[in-house]
Amino acid sequence: MPAHPAPIMTRDEGLAEAFPEADAHTHRGELTLTVPRGALVATLTALRDEHGYQQLMELAGCDFPERPERFELNYHLLSLTKNARVRVRTSTDEKTPVPSIVDLWPVAGWLEREVWDLYGVLFEGNPDHRRILTDYGFSGHPFRKDFPLTGYVEMRYSEEQKRVIYEPVKLAQDFRTFDFQSPWEGPDYIRYNLPGDEKAVTSEDVPTEEKGE
Amino acid sequence: MSDVLDTTAAKDDPSTNSVTFDSETGETESHTEIQNYSMNFGPQHPAAHGVLRLIMEMDGEIIERVDPHVGLLHRGTEKLIEYKTYLQALPYMDRLDYVSPMCMEHSYVLAVEKLLDLEVPLRAQYIRVLYAEMTRITNHILNTTAHAMDVGAMTPMLWLFEEREYICEFYERASGGRFHAAYFRPGGVHQDLPPKLVADIADWAEKFPKVLDDFESLVANNRIFKQRNVDIGVISKEDAIAWGFSGPCIRGSGIPWDLRKSQPYDVYAEMDFDIPVGTRGDCYDRFMVRMNEMRESLRIIKQCLANMPAGPVMTTDSKIGPPKRGEMKRSMEALINHFKLYTEGFHVPEGDCYVATESPKGEFGIYLVSDGTNKPYRCKIRPTAFSHLQAMEFLCKGHMLADAPAVLGSLDIVFGECDR
Repeated sequence: MPAHPAPIMTRDEGLAEAFPEADAHTHRGELTLTVPRGALVATLTALRDEHGYQQLMELAGCDFPERPERFELNYHLLSLTKNARVRVRTSTDEKTPVPSIVDLWPVAGWLEREVWDLYGVLFEGNPDHRRILTDYGFSGHPFRKDFPLTGYVEMRYSEEQKRVIYEPVKLAQDFRTFDFQSPWEGPDYIRYNLPGDEKAVTSEDVPTEEKGE
Repeated sequence: MSDVLDTTAAKDDPSTNSVTFDSETGETESHTEIQNYSMNFGPQHPAAHGVLRLIMEMDGEIIERVDPHVGLLHRGTEKLIEYKTYLQALPYMDRLDYVSPMCMEHSYVLAVEKLLDLEVPLRAQYIRVLYAEMTRITNHILNTTAHAMDVGAMTPMLWLFEEREYICEFYERASGGRFHAAYFRPGGVHQDLPPKLVADIADWAEKFPKVLDDFESLVANNRIFKQRNVDIGVISKEDAIAWGFSGPCIRGSGIPWDLRKSQPYDVYAEMDFDIPVGTRGDCYDRFMVRMNEMRESLRIIKQCLANMPAGPVMTTDSKIGPPKRGEMKRSMEALINHFKLYTEGFHVPEGDCYVATESPKGEFGIYLVSDGTNKPYRCKIRPTAFSHLQAMEFLCKGHMLADAPAVLGSLDIVFGECDR
């Protein structure tokens, strides 16, 4: 018995063995099947039609910029009859499209649109490949790890032009991130420009990769 | 200039009258051909329940196509969470579905606890279930009365908002906030309930069924209400499954699926309650499922109040739960823990998990990815509204324009959660 009070599900014994080509992995009792892009549709179809995973509940994108295929797609399936969940994972990069599964589950339409909007993953066969959450005319994919939290443009109502206008982001105060991992690795302005610290390294000495440029 | 434009428009316009001659009867008939036109519903419309924009293609008064435009309330919550510690990310949850804030927190804290494999004291689990069920009642009060108002009944809203106010008061007495509570924490709840509050909740739970009966007698058998809801927006079991429905919407179609029952979390396994299901899967069934769920929630609330054990309400693991204020005055260790917890925060071991709970609107899930640091690497929120709203076209096709607000009301959409 796990110590945590999170939902208790039935374990679908033998499901991982039914997919020998998939890389199965269990963490905290949750089964993940990692499959190549090409096998995605076949795996999901088999799970739905042969193993009783009737519902697609979620499609979660995730960005790992250091990987060759940086985007990870997690399809969360739910079986109403077996009372079990399984996660099917595949990966892709900015250029390679992933086969769409709108034909398997109509609900996938918006889920794929969301991943396209936020991560820029292409879905081959999605009949409605539009953005969904961001503004009309938005450019870029905001949930990528290299997209700044503040974004690039800000919006305001211009009294002169009598309409809403977009301008480059101007921050009244520098964006600060405190991670508090270690007192010696605080924000740069403390680390390099502490007043009265004659021994401090000046910001010119800072290697460029640390400045985050 | 305008005259020229008007005449050309009239010439090209296919909706102008044309006269045809029927050779068999020898009669001339006058036809009016009406072209389909599109209509913009929202984003500022009282029946849109927030900032929903629907582009509808209409054939007269019949809806042919619906294209919901969402995202007008997109605030990038998931991205913001990546820059916050696990504890700092919690208040964002209240701002998702602002009608049922504590149920949003519930999924998140359970996800963090699952990754930590953290044990939670029993009293805290009871308090969380108690407040999650009160939240369900507030949510259903808002939804059912607003749904009634959308189809023309004003009174229920006025009657039941008084009850909603009582629950907001209970929220405030437990957490300090009427809506944005930030009360559930990884490891338990923020503070224990005072005994007087527990007694007052019990009193309220005795009185509430009377108000609910009044509401039901006013609406449930009302002729106008039935005409507006029965056989409107019907969805079969198979379609509900394919569209990823959950919560009252899938139960309205007759599938007895409730995560509190099938995948119990906290102390739901010990609670005795029933799952109301519909038969036809129309707007009326979804409405009645919610009405009956409020009564079932009351049963759970009463059981929580009766069986709640004494004890701590926060995990005693000092690396996760903050120390007591008094302890901090005496113990150096407690002071250090407090400082570390509220600056650096706790670290969560590497891994990922998907935790879904039965929020009042359906399956509300959190897919949490941790890279072993003090901040979530990725926190994907699974909103209930995304799948329900997507089926809007499916549900509305062939119905009249006036049915769209009824369908929308019966789906129970809140945009804080839909757009994130």
